[in-house]
Amino acid sequence: MKHDRLLDDLGDLAVPAPDSLLPRVLVGTGIVDGYVRRTSVLGDLLVAFGANGVTAVELAGDPGEFVTRYERRFGRRAIPVDRMPPTIARHLDTAIIEGRPGRLPVDLDRLTAFQAAVLRAAATIPRGEVRPYGWVAKEIGKPGAVRAVGTALASNPVPLIIPCHRVVRSDGTLGDYSLGEPENKRTLLEFEGLDTGTFEALAASGVRFTGSDTTGIFCHPTCRHARRAGAAHRVDFASEQEARSSGYRPCKVCRPVAA
Amino acid sequence: MSPQGLAAELADDLDRAFPDLVRTLQDGVYSGALRMVGNRHDAEEIAQEAFLRAYRALRAYPAERIRELNPAAWVWTIAANLCRNHHRTRSRRPVTAELSTDPAEARRGPEAETIDHELGDRLTAELRRLTWPMRAAVVLHHVVGLPYEEVAAALDRPVGTVKADVHRGLARLRTRLQEVTP
Repeated sequence: MKHDRLLDDLGDLAVPAPDSLLPRVLVGTGIVDGYVRRTSVLGDLLVAFGANGVTAVELAGDPGEFVTRYERRFGRRAIPVDRMPPTIARHLDTAIIEGRPGRLPVDLDRLTAFQAAVLRAAATIPRGEVRPYGWVAKEIGKPGAVRAVGTALASNPVPLIIPCHRVVRSDGTLGDYSLGEPENKRTLLEFEGLDTGTFEALAASGVRFTGSDTTGIFCHPTCRHARRAGAAHRVDFASEQEARSSGYRPCKVCRPVAA
Repeated sequence: MSPQGLAAELADDLDRAFPDLVRTLQDGVYSGALRMVGNRHDAEEIAQEAFLRAYRALRAYPAERIRELNPAAWVWTIAANLCRNHHRTRSRRPVTAELSTDPAEARRGPEAETIDHELGDRLTAELRRLTWPMRAAVVLHHVVGLPYEEVAAALDRPVGTVKADVHRGLARLRTRLQEVTP
């Protein structure tokens, strides 16, 4: 039989699948998690996600080490992908810039119920404001668990998106931070418009709350309602007790608590 | 790995063996989809969707049923359906729009273009002028390399019909290719 050119040409129409196909399929099935590279104020990030949302955020270092740490922590493999599921793609960059999950799905189901509760409470702190660890403890109904709150925040798997950088010590010092150097906490808060120097100086002088003598309400010093009060009407308090005995009531927005 | 070996591993531990299934079949599924639907972007979408559906189906199958599968033929029953649905939707739109709106194709540079031209641009275009049953049968048998029995299973048509479609498809391609390149 003579050589058939047409059949050869048809056979030559077979091409290799693009490299992106296998990772997309494996992440789509949920057999493995995926991760992508993103940018932030603190530099490049690696952001991992599974079927239920974002699972981890780290400063981009060696991808191999990231994958090893990820597997140790979650017992799952993470592979690089060039594309995210639509809901994550749509909301991830906004969540990183604004420092809150917003509509981004974040998977907290792999954490303990306590840590998930701590992170959900931290996620409600507005941009450019800070709250003490004790505030988070009280918000989740465990006012005595201040140290445990600190531990839970220190191992926040999704920093930036859940803004653990907005939780500080009750003495006003910024405290530890898990994403890179401790100074990153200050960098983030300054980027969000908080004057950390002024905040720390106020705290160092013993001020824990500030009130307004026109409203008779006291707040955390960085609460937007506290900052709205004019300097002439601002009253400083060293404790909740002092504020209350002066006839002030706590702000319903920032629910002031010191640890 | 043999089709039976792969099926047995899928039956034993789906999550462990599924990546092997994708690695084994992805070039064929992608190539076949590409030659049936005509552009890289849609071909990758179809290949991805076919494997995702395959995985979900396998999750629900009892191990005994998985063991009896011929993985390539079975995945192609899903992929061929997706290609046909795509063909139905797209055939209502003008072909020129489809040809010009593929960014992946445009990004490949002049060298790849030239090679495609020499090898098969003409052939690709003529393939896409075939009726759906002929095109699907020719692509599955001669591009993907499935035996007639598997093509028949994938397209849910009798083997005899599939053979006739391939035969008539090839004849039509030969005539048309001779018409344009004398």
